[in-house]
Amino acid sequence: MAVLLIAEHDNKSLKDSTAKAMTAAQALGGPVDILVAGQDAKPAADAAAKIAGAGKVLLADDAQYGHQLAENMAALIVELAGKYDAVLSPASTNGKNFMPRVAAALDVPQISEIVSVDGPDTFTRPIYAGNAMQQVQAPAGKKIITVRTTAFKAAETTGSASVESVSAAKGPGVSEFVGEELSKSERPELASAKVVISGGRGMQSGENFHLLEKVADRLKAAVGASRAAVDAGFVPNDYQVGQTGKVVAPELYIAVGISGAIQHLAGMKDSKVIVAINKDEEAPIFQVADYGLVADLFKAVPELEEELKKQGY
Amino acid sequence: MKVLVPIKRVVDYNVKIRVKPDQTGVDLANVKMSMNPFDEIGVEEAIRLKEKGVATEVIAVSIGPQEAQETIRTALAMGADRGILVKVDHEVEPLTVAKILARIAKAESPQLIILGKQAIDDDSNQTGQMLAQLLGWAQGTFASKVVVEGDTVDVTREVDGGLQTVRLKLPAIVTTDLRLNEPRYASLPNIMKAKKKPIDAKAASDYGVDPAPRLKVLKTTEPPKRKGGVKVKTVQELVDKLKNEAGVI
Ligand SMILES: Cc1cc2nc3c(=O)[nH]c(=O)nc-3n(C[C@H](O)[C@H](O)[C@H](O)COP(=O)(O)OP(=O)(O)OC[C@H]3O[C@@H](n4cnc5c(N)ncnc54)[C@H](O)[C@@H]3O)c2cc1C
Ligand SMILES: Nc1ncnc2c1ncn2[C@@H]1O[C@H](COP(=O)(O)O)[C@@H](O)[C@H]1O
Repeated sequence: MAVLLIAEHDNKSLKDSTAKAMTAAQALGGPVDILVAGQDAKPAADAAAKIAGAGKVLLADDAQYGHQLAENMAALIVELAGKYDAVLSPASTNGKNFMPRVAAALDVPQISEIVSVDGPDTFTRPIYAGNAMQQVQAPAGKKIITVRTTAFKAAETTGSASVESVSAAKGPGVSEFVGEELSKSERPELASAKVVISGGRGMQSGENFHLLEKVADRLKAAVGASRAAVDAGFVPNDYQVGQTGKVVAPELYIAVGISGAIQHLAGMKDSKVIVAINKDEEAPIFQVADYGLVADLFKAVPELEEELKKQGY
Repeated sequence: MKVLVPIKRVVDYNVKIRVKPDQTGVDLANVKMSMNPFDEIGVEEAIRLKEKGVATEVIAVSIGPQEAQETIRTALAMGADRGILVKVDHEVEPLTVAKILARIAKAESPQLIILGKQAIDDDSNQTGQMLAQLLGWAQGTFASKVVVEGDTVDVTREVDGGLQTVRLKLPAIVTTDLRLNEPRYASLPNIMKAKKKPIDAKAASDYGVDPAPRLKVLKTTEPPKRKGGVKVKTVQELVDKLKNEAGVI
Protein backbone atom coordinates (compact mmCIF):
# COMPACT_ATOMS: atom_id res chain seq x y z
CA MET A 1 0.00 0.00 0.00
CA ALA A 2 1.69 3.22 -1.18
CA VAL A 3 1.13 6.10 1.23
CA LEU A 4 1.42 9.86 0.81
CA LEU A 5 1.97 11.80 4.03
CA ILE A 6 1.31 15.54 4.01
CA ALA A 7 3.94 17.41 6.03
CA GLU A 8 3.04 20.01 8.64
CA HIS A 9 5.48 22.91 8.54
CA ASP A 10 5.86 26.69 8.45
CA ASN A 11 8.10 26.67 5.33
CA LYS A 12 11.21 27.20 7.46
CA SER A 13 10.89 24.22 9.74
CA LEU A 14 9.02 20.97 10.06
CA LYS A 15 6.57 20.37 12.94
CA ASP A 16 7.21 17.19 14.86
CA SER A 17 3.61 16.17 14.20
CA THR A 18 4.92 15.08 10.79
CA ALA A 19 7.27 12.50 12.32
CA LYS A 20 4.44 11.29 14.56
CA ALA A 21 2.04 10.94 11.64
CA MET A 22 4.82 9.00 9.88
CA THR A 23 4.50 6.28 12.51
CA ALA A 24 0.80 5.98 11.70
CA ALA A 25 1.55 6.01 7.96
CA GLN A 26 4.08 3.21 8.30
CA ALA A 27 1.62 1.10 10.25
CA LEU A 28 -0.42 0.85 7.04
CA GLY A 29 2.47 -1.21 5.63
CA GLY A 30 4.11 0.07 2.50
CA PRO A 31 6.35 2.82 1.21
CA VAL A 32 5.62 6.33 2.47
CA ASP A 33 6.40 9.48 0.50
CA ILE A 34 6.13 12.90 2.12
CA LEU A 35 4.67 15.96 0.42
CA VAL A 36 5.98 19.34 1.48
CA ALA A 37 3.86 22.02 -0.16
CA GLY A 38 4.93 25.55 0.67
CA GLN A 39 6.75 28.67 -0.40
CA ASP A 40 10.53 28.73 -0.09
CA ALA A 41 10.04 25.52 1.82
CA LYS A 42 13.31 23.79 0.97
CA PRO A 43 14.41 23.82 4.64
CA ALA A 44 11.20 22.03 5.64
CA ALA A 45 11.68 19.51 2.83
CA ASP A 46 15.27 18.84 3.91
CA ALA A 47 14.03 18.20 7.45
CA ALA A 48 11.35 15.86 6.12
CA ALA A 49 14.01 13.90 4.22
CA LYS A 50 15.56 12.98 7.56
CA ILE A 51 12.44 11.25 8.87
CA ALA A 52 13.16 7.53 8.96
CA GLY A 53 10.82 5.64 6.67
CA ALA A 54 10.42 8.33 4.03
CA GLY A 55 10.76 6.91 0.51
CA LYS A 56 11.11 10.29 -1.08
CA VAL A 57 10.09 13.83 -0.34
CA LEU A 58 8.01 15.67 -2.91
CA LEU A 59 8.51 19.42 -2.75
CA ALA A 60 5.86 21.64 -4.31
CA ASP A 61 7.35 25.08 -3.92
CA ASP A 62 5.00 27.80 -5.07
CA ALA A 63 3.60 31.07 -3.74
CA GLN A 64 0.07 29.63 -3.70
CA TYR A 65 1.08 27.12 -0.99
CA GLY A 66 2.75 29.67 1.30
CA HIS A 67 -0.25 29.77 3.63
CA GLN A 68 -1.65 26.30 2.99
CA LEU A 69 -4.91 27.60 1.48
CA ALA A 70 -7.27 24.64 1.45
CA GLU A 71 -8.53 25.10 -2.11
CA ASN A 72 -5.01 25.06 -3.57
CA MET A 73 -3.63 22.36 -1.27
CA ALA A 74 -6.53 20.05 -2.11
CA ALA A 75 -6.09 20.55 -5.85
CA LEU A 76 -2.42 19.55 -5.54
CA ILE A 77 -3.01 16.54 -3.32
CA VAL A 78 -5.82 15.24 -5.53
CA GLU A 79 -3.47 15.44 -8.52
CA LEU A 80 -0.75 13.51 -6.70
CA ALA A 81 -3.11 11.01 -5.05
CA GLY A 82 -3.43 8.92 -8.22
CA LYS A 83 -0.28 6.99 -7.41
CA TYR A 84 -1.15 6.32 -3.78
CA ASP A 85 -3.55 4.06 -1.89
CA ALA A 86 -3.74 6.25 1.17
CA VAL A 87 -3.17 9.91 2.02
CA LEU A 88 -2.50 10.93 5.63
CA SER A 89 -2.07 14.25 7.35
CA PRO A 90 -1.71 15.36 10.96
CA ALA A 91 -5.08 16.53 12.32
CA SER A 92 -3.80 20.10 12.61
CA THR A 93 -5.97 23.05 11.63
CA ASN A 94 -4.29 22.80 8.21
CA GLY A 95 -4.95 19.09 7.76
CA LYS A 96 -8.53 19.49 8.99
CA ASN A 97 -8.96 22.27 6.46
CA PHE A 98 -7.81 20.60 3.25
CA MET A 99 -8.16 16.83 3.77
CA PRO A 100 -11.99 16.66 3.61
CA ARG A 101 -11.81 18.47 0.25
CA VAL A 102 -9.47 15.74 -0.98
CA ALA A 103 -11.83 13.03 0.25
CA ALA A 104 -14.83 14.67 -1.43
CA ALA A 105 -12.94 15.06 -4.71
CA LEU A 106 -12.04 11.37 -4.62
CA ASP A 107 -15.56 10.41 -3.47
CA VAL A 108 -14.43 8.50 -0.37
CA PRO A 109 -15.28 9.07 3.29
CA GLN A 110 -12.57 10.63 5.42
CA ILE A 111 -11.48 9.01 8.65
CA SER A 112 -10.77 11.81 11.13
CA GLU A 113 -8.27 11.86 13.99
CA ILE A 114 -7.28 8.20 14.16
CA VAL A 115 -5.53 7.11 17.36
CA SER A 116 -4.57 3.65 16.16
CA VAL A 117 -4.10 1.65 12.99
CA ASP A 118 -5.68 -1.75 13.63
CA GLY A 119 -5.27 -3.15 10.12
CA PRO A 120 -4.68 -1.85 6.59
CA ASP A 121 -8.29 -0.61 6.41
CA THR A 122 -9.29 -0.57 10.08
CA PHE A 123 -8.81 2.34 12.45
CA THR A 124 -9.87 3.56 15.89
CA ARG A 125 -10.97 7.13 16.50
CA PRO A 126 -12.55 8.99 19.42
CA ILE A 127 -16.14 10.25 19.18
CA TYR A 128 -18.29 12.24 21.64
CA ALA A 129 -15.31 14.22 22.97
CA GLY A 130 -13.39 11.02 23.56
CA ASN A 131 -16.11 9.48 25.73
CA ALA A 132 -16.36 6.61 23.26
CA MET A 133 -13.92 4.99 20.87
CA GLN A 134 -15.12 3.81 17.50
CA GLN A 135 -13.43 1.19 15.40
CA VAL A 136 -14.21 1.65 11.71
CA GLN A 137 -13.41 -0.18 8.51
CA ALA A 138 -12.91 1.88 5.39
CA PRO A 139 -14.53 0.84 2.10
CA ALA A 140 -12.44 -0.14 -0.93
CA GLY A 141 -10.76 2.81 -2.56
CA LYS A 142 -8.28 5.37 -1.38
CA LYS A 143 -8.02 6.00 2.33
CA ILE A 144 -8.08 9.62 3.41
CA ILE A 145 -7.02 9.93 7.03
CA THR A 146 -6.13 12.58 9.57
CA VAL A 147 -4.00 11.52 12.51
CA ARG A 148 -4.27 12.56 16.15
CA THR A 149 -0.52 12.82 16.51
CA THR A 150 -0.45 12.73 20.32
CA ALA A 151 -1.33 9.03 20.01
CA PHE A 152 1.79 8.13 18.02
CA LYS A 153 5.52 8.20 18.83
CA ALA A 154 7.66 10.27 16.51
CA ALA A 155 9.64 8.36 13.89
CA GLU A 156 13.42 8.70 14.20
CA THR A 157 15.26 11.33 12.19
CA THR A 158 17.96 9.04 10.90
CA GLY A 159 16.74 8.94 7.30
CA SER A 160 18.19 10.44 4.14
CA ALA A 161 15.47 10.43 1.51
CA SER A 162 15.85 12.32 -1.74
CA VAL A 163 13.94 15.52 -2.37
CA GLU A 164 12.17 15.73 -5.71
CA SER A 165 10.41 18.80 -7.05
CA VAL A 166 6.82 18.49 -8.21
CA SER A 167 5.00 21.19 -10.12
CA ALA A 168 2.17 23.20 -8.66
CA ALA A 169 -1.39 22.26 -9.58
CA LYS A 170 -3.84 24.75 -10.99
CA GLY A 171 -5.83 26.08 -8.05
CA PRO A 172 -9.44 27.22 -8.42
CA GLY A 173 -8.47 30.84 -7.67
CA VAL A 174 -11.39 31.54 -5.35
CA SER A 175 -9.51 32.45 -2.18
CA GLU A 176 -6.60 34.58 -1.11
CA PHE A 177 -4.57 35.12 2.02
CA VAL A 178 -5.12 38.52 3.64
CA GLY A 179 -3.14 38.42 6.87
CA GLU A 180 -2.37 36.62 10.08
CA GLU A 181 -1.81 37.31 13.73
CA LEU A 182 0.41 34.60 15.10
CA SER A 183 1.05 34.30 18.82
CA LYS A 184 4.72 34.73 19.53
CA SER A 185 6.22 32.87 22.42
CA GLU A 186 9.64 31.81 23.58
CA ARG A 187 8.06 28.81 25.25
CA PRO A 188 7.67 25.38 23.66
CA GLU A 189 4.58 24.72 21.54
CA LEU A 190 1.54 23.29 23.27
CA ALA A 191 1.35 20.31 20.94
CA SER A 192 4.90 19.12 21.58
CA ALA A 193 5.80 20.36 25.08
CA LYS A 194 6.71 17.76 27.72
CA VAL A 195 5.03 19.84 30.41
CA VAL A 196 1.88 21.94 30.01
CA ILE A 197 0.40 24.26 32.61
CA SER A 198 -3.10 25.52 31.84
CA GLY A 199 -5.27 28.12 33.48
CA GLY A 200 -9.04 28.39 33.59
CA ARG A 201 -11.70 30.87 34.60
CA GLY A 202 -10.30 30.72 38.13
CA MET A 203 -7.31 32.79 36.93
CA GLN A 204 -9.63 35.83 36.86
CA SER A 205 -7.57 37.86 34.38
CA GLY A 206 -4.95 37.74 31.65
CA GLU A 207 -2.53 39.50 33.98
CA ASN A 208 -2.69 36.61 36.40
CA PHE A 209 -1.46 34.21 33.72
CA HIS A 210 1.99 35.60 34.59
CA LEU A 211 1.81 33.40 37.68
CA LEU A 212 1.58 30.36 35.41
CA GLU A 213 4.27 31.67 33.06
CA LYS A 214 6.75 31.87 35.90
CA VAL A 215 6.16 28.20 36.71
CA ALA A 216 6.26 27.39 32.99
CA ASP A 217 9.68 29.01 32.66
CA ARG A 218 11.08 26.84 35.45
CA LEU A 219 9.71 23.64 33.92
CA LYS A 220 10.21 24.57 30.23
CA ALA A 221 6.48 24.15 29.93
CA ALA A 222 3.94 25.42 27.43
CA VAL A 223 0.99 27.45 28.69
CA GLY A 224 -2.56 26.44 27.80
CA ALA A 225 -6.06 27.40 28.86
CA SER A 226 -9.66 26.30 29.12
CA ARG A 227 -12.28 27.66 26.79
CA ALA A 228 -13.66 29.86 29.54
CA ALA A 229 -10.29 31.57 29.94
CA VAL A 230 -10.02 32.15 26.18
CA ASP A 231 -13.62 33.36 25.86
CA ALA A 232 -13.01 35.81 28.70
CA GLY A 233 -10.08 37.21 26.71
CA PHE A 234 -7.39 36.24 29.24
CA VAL A 235 -5.30 34.55 26.53
CA PRO A 236 -5.42 34.07 22.71
CA ASN A 237 -7.52 31.38 21.03
CA ASP A 238 -4.58 29.12 20.23
CA TYR A 239 -4.13 28.41 23.95
CA GLN A 240 -7.38 26.46 24.12
CA VAL A 241 -7.07 22.81 25.08
CA GLY A 242 -10.04 20.51 24.54
CA GLN A 243 -12.53 18.79 22.28
CA THR A 244 -12.63 21.75 19.97
CA GLY A 245 -9.21 23.20 20.73
CA LYS A 246 -5.85 21.49 20.89
CA VAL A 247 -5.29 17.95 22.02
CA VAL A 248 -2.21 17.52 24.16
CA ALA A 249 -0.65 14.52 25.86
CA PRO A 250 2.44 15.74 27.71
CA GLU A 251 4.36 13.92 30.44
CA LEU A 252 2.87 16.37 32.92
CA TYR A 253 -0.30 18.47 32.67
CA ILE A 254 -1.05 20.97 35.43
CA ALA A 255 -4.62 22.31 35.46
CA VAL A 256 -5.03 25.46 37.52
CA GLY A 257 -8.47 26.90 38.26
CA ILE A 258 -10.09 24.58 35.72
CA SER A 259 -13.22 22.66 36.73
CA GLY A 260 -12.74 19.71 34.35
CA ALA A 261 -15.68 19.83 31.92
CA ILE A 262 -15.77 16.85 29.52
CA GLN A 263 -14.88 19.17 26.65
CA HIS A 264 -11.69 20.17 28.43
CA LEU A 265 -10.83 16.62 29.52
CA ALA A 266 -11.13 15.53 25.88
CA GLY A 267 -8.02 17.54 25.12
CA MET A 268 -5.75 16.44 27.97
CA LYS A 269 -6.84 13.19 29.57
CA ASP A 270 -4.20 11.18 27.75
CA SER A 271 -1.44 13.10 29.53
CA LYS A 272 0.88 10.81 31.48
CA VAL A 273 0.53 12.60 34.80
CA ILE A 274 -2.20 15.12 35.63
CA VAL A 275 -2.05 17.63 38.47
CA ALA A 276 -5.05 19.73 39.47
CA ILE A 277 -4.99 22.82 41.63
CA ASN A 278 -8.49 23.94 42.50
CA LYS A 279 -10.11 25.42 45.58
CA ASP A 280 -13.26 23.33 45.14
CA GLU A 281 -12.58 19.79 46.33
CA GLU A 282 -15.67 18.60 44.43
CA ALA A 283 -14.35 19.83 41.06
CA PRO A 284 -14.57 17.02 38.47
CA ILE A 285 -10.96 17.62 37.43
CA PHE A 286 -9.89 15.75 40.59
CA GLN A 287 -11.47 12.57 39.19
CA VAL A 288 -8.79 12.39 36.51
CA ALA A 289 -5.92 13.99 38.44
CA ASP A 290 -3.06 11.82 39.68
CA TYR A 291 -2.20 14.52 42.20
CA GLY A 292 -4.80 16.94 43.45
CA LEU A 293 -4.16 20.00 45.56
CA VAL A 294 -7.20 21.66 47.08
CA ALA A 295 -6.01 25.22 47.49
CA ASP A 296 -6.45 28.80 46.43
CA LEU A 297 -4.38 29.12 43.28
CA PHE A 298 -3.27 32.64 44.16
CA LYS A 299 -1.46 31.16 47.13
CA ALA A 300 -0.49 27.75 45.70
CA VAL A 301 0.95 28.83 42.34
CA PRO A 302 3.47 31.37 43.72
CA GLU A 303 4.42 28.77 46.33
CA LEU A 304 4.95 26.22 43.60
CA GLU A 305 7.23 28.59 41.75
CA GLU A 306 9.15 29.30 44.92
CA GLU A 307 9.55 25.61 45.73
CA LEU A 308 10.77 24.80 42.19
CA LYS A 309 13.24 27.64 42.40
CA LYS A 310 14.49 26.36 45.73
CA GLN A 311 15.06 22.94 44.23
CA GLY A 312 17.09 24.36 41.39
CA TYR A 313 14.62 24.23 38.50
CA MET B 1 -28.62 37.15 -0.77
CA LYS B 2 -29.81 33.85 0.62
CA VAL B 3 -27.94 32.15 3.45
CA LEU B 4 -28.22 28.42 4.05
CA VAL B 5 -27.52 27.04 7.56
CA PRO B 6 -27.18 23.27 7.91
CA ILE B 7 -27.99 22.22 11.48
CA LYS B 8 -27.56 18.84 13.11
CA ARG B 9 -29.55 17.35 15.95
CA VAL B 10 -27.08 15.88 18.43
CA VAL B 11 -26.85 14.72 22.03
CA ASP B 12 -26.88 17.81 24.25
CA TYR B 13 -23.36 18.87 25.16
CA ASN B 14 -24.12 18.54 28.89
CA VAL B 15 -25.00 14.85 28.64
CA LYS B 16 -22.41 12.32 29.66
CA ILE B 17 -23.01 9.58 27.11
CA ARG B 18 -22.84 5.85 27.80
CA VAL B 19 -21.43 3.19 25.54
CA LYS B 20 -23.73 0.19 25.09
CA PRO B 21 -22.38 -2.89 26.86
CA ASP B 22 -22.60 -4.94 23.64
CA GLN B 23 -20.28 -2.40 21.94
CA THR B 24 -22.78 -1.66 19.16
CA GLY B 25 -22.83 2.06 19.77
CA VAL B 26 -23.79 4.82 22.16
CA ASP B 27 -27.00 4.61 24.18
CA LEU B 28 -29.26 7.40 22.92
CA ALA B 29 -32.51 6.22 24.51
CA ASN B 30 -34.14 9.01 26.56
CA VAL B 31 -31.12 11.24 26.20
CA LYS B 32 -31.59 15.00 25.84
CA MET B 33 -30.99 16.14 22.27
CA SER B 34 -30.20 19.68 21.11
CA MET B 35 -28.94 21.63 18.15
CA ASN B 36 -25.20 21.15 17.67
CA PRO B 37 -23.67 24.15 19.53
CA PHE B 38 -21.59 25.22 16.54
CA ASP B 39 -24.74 25.25 14.41
CA GLU B 40 -26.49 27.59 16.85
CA ILE B 41 -23.58 29.92 16.24
CA GLY B 42 -24.13 29.48 12.49
CA VAL B 43 -27.83 30.32 12.78
CA GLU B 44 -26.99 33.38 14.90
CA GLU B 45 -24.46 34.61 12.36
CA ALA B 46 -26.93 34.23 9.50
CA ILE B 47 -29.62 36.12 11.41
CA ARG B 48 -27.20 38.92 12.20
CA LEU B 49 -26.39 39.18 8.49
CA LYS B 50 -30.08 39.51 7.84
CA GLU B 51 -30.48 42.16 10.53
CA LYS B 52 -27.63 44.09 8.90
CA GLY B 53 -29.45 43.94 5.58
CA VAL B 54 -26.77 41.75 4.00
CA ALA B 55 -28.86 38.58 3.89
CA THR B 56 -32.41 38.52 2.60
CA GLU B 57 -33.46 35.03 3.59
CA VAL B 58 -32.13 32.43 6.04
CA ILE B 59 -32.91 28.78 5.34
CA ALA B 60 -32.21 26.10 7.98
CA VAL B 61 -31.60 22.57 6.72
CA SER B 62 -31.35 19.41 8.76
CA ILE B 63 -30.76 15.86 7.63
CA GLY B 64 -31.95 13.39 10.22
CA PRO B 65 -34.94 11.73 11.85
CA GLN B 66 -38.42 13.28 12.08
CA GLU B 67 -37.44 14.77 15.46
CA ALA B 68 -34.88 16.96 13.71
CA GLN B 69 -37.92 19.06 12.84
CA GLU B 70 -37.76 20.37 16.43
CA THR B 71 -34.19 21.46 15.82
CA ILE B 72 -35.35 23.32 12.72
CA ARG B 73 -38.14 24.93 14.76
CA THR B 74 -35.51 26.20 17.18
CA ALA B 75 -33.65 27.83 14.29
CA LEU B 76 -36.92 29.33 13.02
CA ALA B 77 -37.66 30.68 16.49
CA MET B 78 -34.21 32.27 16.57
CA GLY B 79 -35.07 34.05 13.33
CA ALA B 80 -34.52 31.79 10.31
CA ASP B 81 -37.24 32.17 7.66
CA ARG B 82 -37.95 28.63 6.58
CA GLY B 83 -36.69 25.09 6.93
CA ILE B 84 -35.94 21.96 4.95
CA LEU B 85 -35.97 18.57 6.67
CA VAL B 86 -34.37 15.74 4.75
CA LYS B 87 -35.56 12.67 6.57
CA VAL B 88 -33.06 9.89 7.15
CA ASP B 89 -33.54 7.48 10.05
CA HIS B 90 -29.96 6.36 10.58
CA GLU B 91 -26.56 8.01 10.99
CA VAL B 92 -25.51 9.93 7.90
CA GLU B 93 -21.86 10.37 7.06
CA PRO B 94 -20.39 13.81 6.36
CA LEU B 95 -19.84 13.10 2.65
CA THR B 96 -23.48 12.04 2.28
CA VAL B 97 -24.65 15.17 4.09
CA ALA B 98 -22.39 17.24 1.85
CA LYS B 99 -23.85 15.63 -1.29
CA ILE B 100 -27.41 16.36 -0.21
CA LEU B 101 -26.48 19.93 0.76
CA ALA B 102 -24.76 20.41 -2.60
CA ARG B 103 -28.02 19.53 -4.38
CA ILE B 104 -29.97 21.89 -2.14
CA ALA B 105 -27.42 24.62 -2.82
CA LYS B 106 -27.87 24.15 -6.58
CA ALA B 107 -31.64 24.49 -6.20
CA GLU B 108 -31.60 27.44 -3.80
CA SER B 109 -28.50 29.34 -5.00
CA PRO B 110 -27.41 30.76 -1.62
CA GLN B 111 -24.40 33.08 -1.61
CA LEU B 112 -23.25 31.82 1.75
CA ILE B 113 -23.58 28.49 3.54
CA ILE B 114 -22.68 28.62 7.24
CA LEU B 115 -22.03 25.26 8.91
CA GLY B 116 -20.60 24.35 12.28
CA LYS B 117 -16.92 23.43 12.34
CA GLN B 118 -17.74 20.08 13.86
CA ALA B 119 -20.65 18.03 15.11
CA ILE B 120 -20.04 17.20 18.77
CA ASP B 121 -21.23 13.60 18.33
CA ASP B 122 -19.07 12.27 15.49
CA ASP B 123 -16.39 14.99 15.94
CA SER B 124 -15.69 14.65 12.20
CA ASN B 125 -15.00 18.26 11.20
CA GLN B 126 -15.53 17.45 7.51
CA THR B 127 -18.90 18.42 6.12
CA GLY B 128 -18.32 22.10 5.28
CA GLN B 129 -15.01 21.42 3.56
CA MET B 130 -16.50 18.52 1.57
CA LEU B 131 -19.43 20.66 0.51
CA ALA B 132 -17.06 23.43 -0.60
CA GLN B 133 -15.15 20.95 -2.76
CA LEU B 134 -18.29 19.45 -4.30
CA LEU B 135 -19.52 22.94 -5.24
CA GLY B 136 -16.07 24.20 -6.29
CA TRP B 137 -16.39 27.05 -3.76
CA ALA B 138 -13.95 28.67 -1.39
CA GLN B 139 -14.09 27.93 2.33
CA GLY B 140 -13.39 29.87 5.50
CA THR B 141 -13.30 27.27 8.26
CA PHE B 142 -13.12 27.77 12.07
CA ALA B 143 -14.38 31.34 11.69
CA SER B 144 -14.21 33.86 14.52
CA LYS B 145 -15.16 36.82 12.29
CA VAL B 146 -17.11 37.07 9.04
CA VAL B 147 -17.35 40.28 7.01
CA VAL B 148 -19.28 40.30 3.73
CA GLU B 149 -18.31 43.04 1.34
CA GLY B 150 -19.57 43.23 -2.22
CA ASP B 151 -18.88 39.93 -3.88
CA THR B 152 -16.33 38.70 -1.37
CA VAL B 153 -16.28 37.68 2.28
CA ASP B 154 -13.35 38.10 4.67
CA VAL B 155 -13.14 35.30 7.19
CA THR B 156 -10.86 35.37 10.24
CA ARG B 157 -9.97 31.82 11.18
CA GLU B 158 -8.82 30.28 14.47
CA VAL B 159 -5.73 28.29 13.49
CA ASP B 160 -3.06 26.43 15.47
CA GLY B 161 -0.70 29.39 15.53
CA GLY B 162 -3.25 32.15 16.18
CA LEU B 163 -5.54 33.87 13.68
CA GLN B 164 -5.54 33.92 9.88
CA THR B 165 -7.70 36.04 7.59
CA VAL B 166 -8.66 34.91 4.09
CA ARG B 167 -10.72 36.63 1.39
CA LEU B 168 -13.16 34.38 -0.42
CA LYS B 169 -15.14 34.93 -3.60
CA LEU B 170 -18.86 34.50 -3.09
CA PRO B 171 -20.62 32.12 -3.09
CA ALA B 172 -18.62 30.57 -0.26
CA ILE B 173 -18.67 28.23 2.70
CA VAL B 174 -18.06 29.33 6.27
CA THR B 175 -17.70 27.01 9.27
CA THR B 176 -18.11 28.49 12.73
CA ASP B 177 -15.79 28.42 15.72
CA LEU B 178 -16.90 29.09 19.29
CA ARG B 179 -15.99 32.74 19.45
CA LEU B 180 -17.79 33.92 16.31
CA ASN B 181 -20.78 35.11 18.35
CA GLU B 182 -23.04 34.28 21.26
CA PRO B 183 -26.29 32.75 20.03
CA ARG B 184 -29.51 34.37 21.25
CA TYR B 185 -32.34 32.64 23.04
CA ALA B 186 -35.62 32.55 21.19
CA SER B 187 -38.29 34.73 22.80
CA LEU B 188 -41.73 33.32 23.51
CA PRO B 189 -43.47 35.38 20.79
CA ASN B 190 -40.84 34.21 18.30
CA ILE B 191 -41.34 30.60 19.34
CA MET B 192 -45.06 31.07 18.60
CA LYS B 193 -44.35 32.72 15.26
CA ALA B 194 -41.94 29.94 14.31
CA LYS B 195 -44.79 27.44 14.42
CA LYS B 196 -46.24 29.08 11.32
CA LYS B 197 -43.02 29.18 9.33
CA PRO B 198 -42.82 26.59 6.56
CA ILE B 199 -40.70 23.41 6.72
CA ASP B 200 -40.31 21.39 3.52
CA ALA B 201 -40.20 17.63 4.08
CA LYS B 202 -37.86 15.75 1.78
CA ALA B 203 -36.12 12.39 1.43
CA ALA B 204 -32.53 11.66 0.42
CA SER B 205 -33.88 10.06 -2.76
CA ASP B 206 -35.38 13.43 -3.76
CA TYR B 207 -31.77 14.50 -4.22
CA GLY B 208 -30.61 11.29 -5.87
CA VAL B 209 -28.31 10.51 -2.93
CA ASP B 210 -27.95 7.05 -1.40
CA PRO B 211 -27.80 7.71 2.37
CA ALA B 212 -26.32 4.31 3.32
CA PRO B 213 -23.10 4.62 5.34
CA ARG B 214 -19.89 3.52 3.65
CA LEU B 215 -17.67 3.28 6.69
CA LYS B 216 -18.35 0.09 8.58
CA VAL B 217 -18.45 0.57 12.34
CA LEU B 218 -16.97 -2.61 13.82
CA LYS B 219 -17.37 -1.68 17.47
CA THR B 220 -17.81 1.17 19.90
CA THR B 221 -15.96 0.88 23.18
CA GLU B 222 -15.33 2.79 26.39
CA PRO B 223 -12.09 4.73 26.44
CA PRO B 224 -9.48 3.58 28.93
CA LYS B 225 -10.45 4.98 32.35
CA ARG B 226 -8.00 6.99 34.42
CA LYS B 227 -8.00 5.94 37.99
CA GLY B 228 -8.41 8.74 40.49
CA GLY B 229 -5.15 9.65 42.18
CA VAL B 230 -4.31 11.08 45.55
CA LYS B 231 -4.72 14.44 47.19
CA VAL B 232 -1.59 16.15 48.35
CA LYS B 233 -1.65 18.54 51.29
CA THR B 234 1.08 20.97 50.39
CA VAL B 235 2.97 22.33 47.43
CA GLN B 236 6.17 20.78 48.85
CA GLU B 237 4.54 17.35 48.87
CA LEU B 238 3.39 17.90 45.28
CA VAL B 239 6.84 18.80 44.02
CA ASP B 240 8.34 15.85 45.89
CA LYS B 241 5.85 13.43 44.30
CA LEU B 242 6.34 14.82 40.81
CA LYS B 243 10.08 14.50 41.18
CA ASN B 244 10.54 11.28 43.11
CA GLU B 245 7.38 9.26 42.54
CA ALA B 246 6.21 10.17 39.04
CA GLY B 247 9.58 11.29 37.73
CA VAL B 248 8.09 13.85 35.37
CA ILE B 249 10.08 16.91 36.43
C1 LIG C 1 -19.37 22.90 21.83
C2 LIG C 1 -18.50 23.15 23.02
C3 LIG C 1 -17.14 22.99 22.89
C4 LIG C 1 -16.29 23.23 23.96
N1 LIG C 1 -14.95 23.06 23.79
C5 LIG C 1 -14.12 23.27 24.84
C6 LIG C 1 -12.70 23.08 24.71
O1 LIG C 1 -12.19 22.72 23.65
N2 LIG C 1 -11.93 23.31 25.79
C7 LIG C 1 -12.45 23.72 27.01
O2 LIG C 1 -11.68 23.93 27.96
N3 LIG C 1 -13.77 23.90 27.14
C8 LIG C 1 -14.61 23.71 26.09
N4 LIG C 1 -15.95 23.94 26.26
C9 LIG C 1 -16.42 24.58 27.51
C10 LIG C 1 -16.59 23.64 28.69
O3 LIG C 1 -17.88 23.05 28.63
C11 LIG C 1 -16.46 24.44 30.01
O4 LIG C 1 -17.41 25.48 30.02
C12 LIG C 1 -15.08 25.06 30.23
O5 LIG C 1 -14.07 24.09 30.02
C13 LIG C 1 -14.99 25.63 31.62
O6 LIG C 1 -13.76 26.28 31.82
P1 LIG C 1 -13.14 26.43 33.28
O7 LIG C 1 -12.94 25.09 33.88
O8 LIG C 1 -11.95 27.32 33.15
O9 LIG C 1 -14.25 27.30 34.04
P2 LIG C 1 -15.21 26.88 35.23
O10 LIG C 1 -15.99 25.68 34.90
O11 LIG C 1 -15.93 28.13 35.60
O12 LIG C 1 -14.22 26.48 36.40
C14 LIG C 1 -13.41 27.37 37.09
C15 LIG C 1 -12.75 26.58 38.21
O13 LIG C 1 -11.81 27.40 38.88
C16 LIG C 1 -11.87 27.13 40.26
N5 LIG C 1 -11.36 28.33 40.95
C17 LIG C 1 -11.90 29.58 40.96
N6 LIG C 1 -11.14 30.41 41.69
C18 LIG C 1 -10.12 29.69 42.17
C19 LIG C 1 -9.00 29.99 43.01
N7 LIG C 1 -8.80 31.23 43.46
N8 LIG C 1 -8.15 29.01 43.28
C20 LIG C 1 -8.34 27.75 42.83
N9 LIG C 1 -9.36 27.41 42.03
C21 LIG C 1 -10.24 28.37 41.71
C22 LIG C 1 -13.31 26.84 40.54
O14 LIG C 1 -13.44 26.05 41.71
C23 LIG C 1 -13.73 26.10 39.27
O15 LIG C 1 -13.59 24.69 39.43
C24 LIG C 1 -16.82 23.67 25.20
C25 LIG C 1 -18.20 23.81 25.34
C26 LIG C 1 -19.03 23.55 24.27
C27 LIG C 1 -20.50 23.74 24.44
N1 LIG D 1 -27.14 15.56 9.47
C1 LIG D 1 -26.83 16.84 9.31
N2 LIG D 1 -27.79 17.76 9.02
C2 LIG D 1 -27.49 19.06 8.86
N3 LIG D 1 -26.25 19.54 8.97
C3 LIG D 1 -25.26 18.70 9.26
C4 LIG D 1 -25.49 17.30 9.44
N4 LIG D 1 -24.31 16.71 9.72
C5 LIG D 1 -23.38 17.69 9.73
N5 LIG D 1 -23.95 18.88 9.44
C6 LIG D 1 -23.28 20.20 9.37
O1 LIG D 1 -21.88 20.00 9.23
C7 LIG D 1 -21.17 20.51 10.36
C8 LIG D 1 -19.95 19.66 10.64
O2 LIG D 1 -20.30 18.33 10.94
P1 LIG D 1 -19.24 17.13 10.95
O3 LIG D 1 -18.49 17.21 9.66
O4 LIG D 1 -20.06 15.90 11.07
O5 LIG D 1 -18.36 17.36 12.14
C9 LIG D 1 -22.22 20.57 11.45
O6 LIG D 1 -21.87 21.53 12.43
C10 LIG D 1 -23.46 20.97 10.67
O7 LIG D 1 -23.45 22.35 10.37
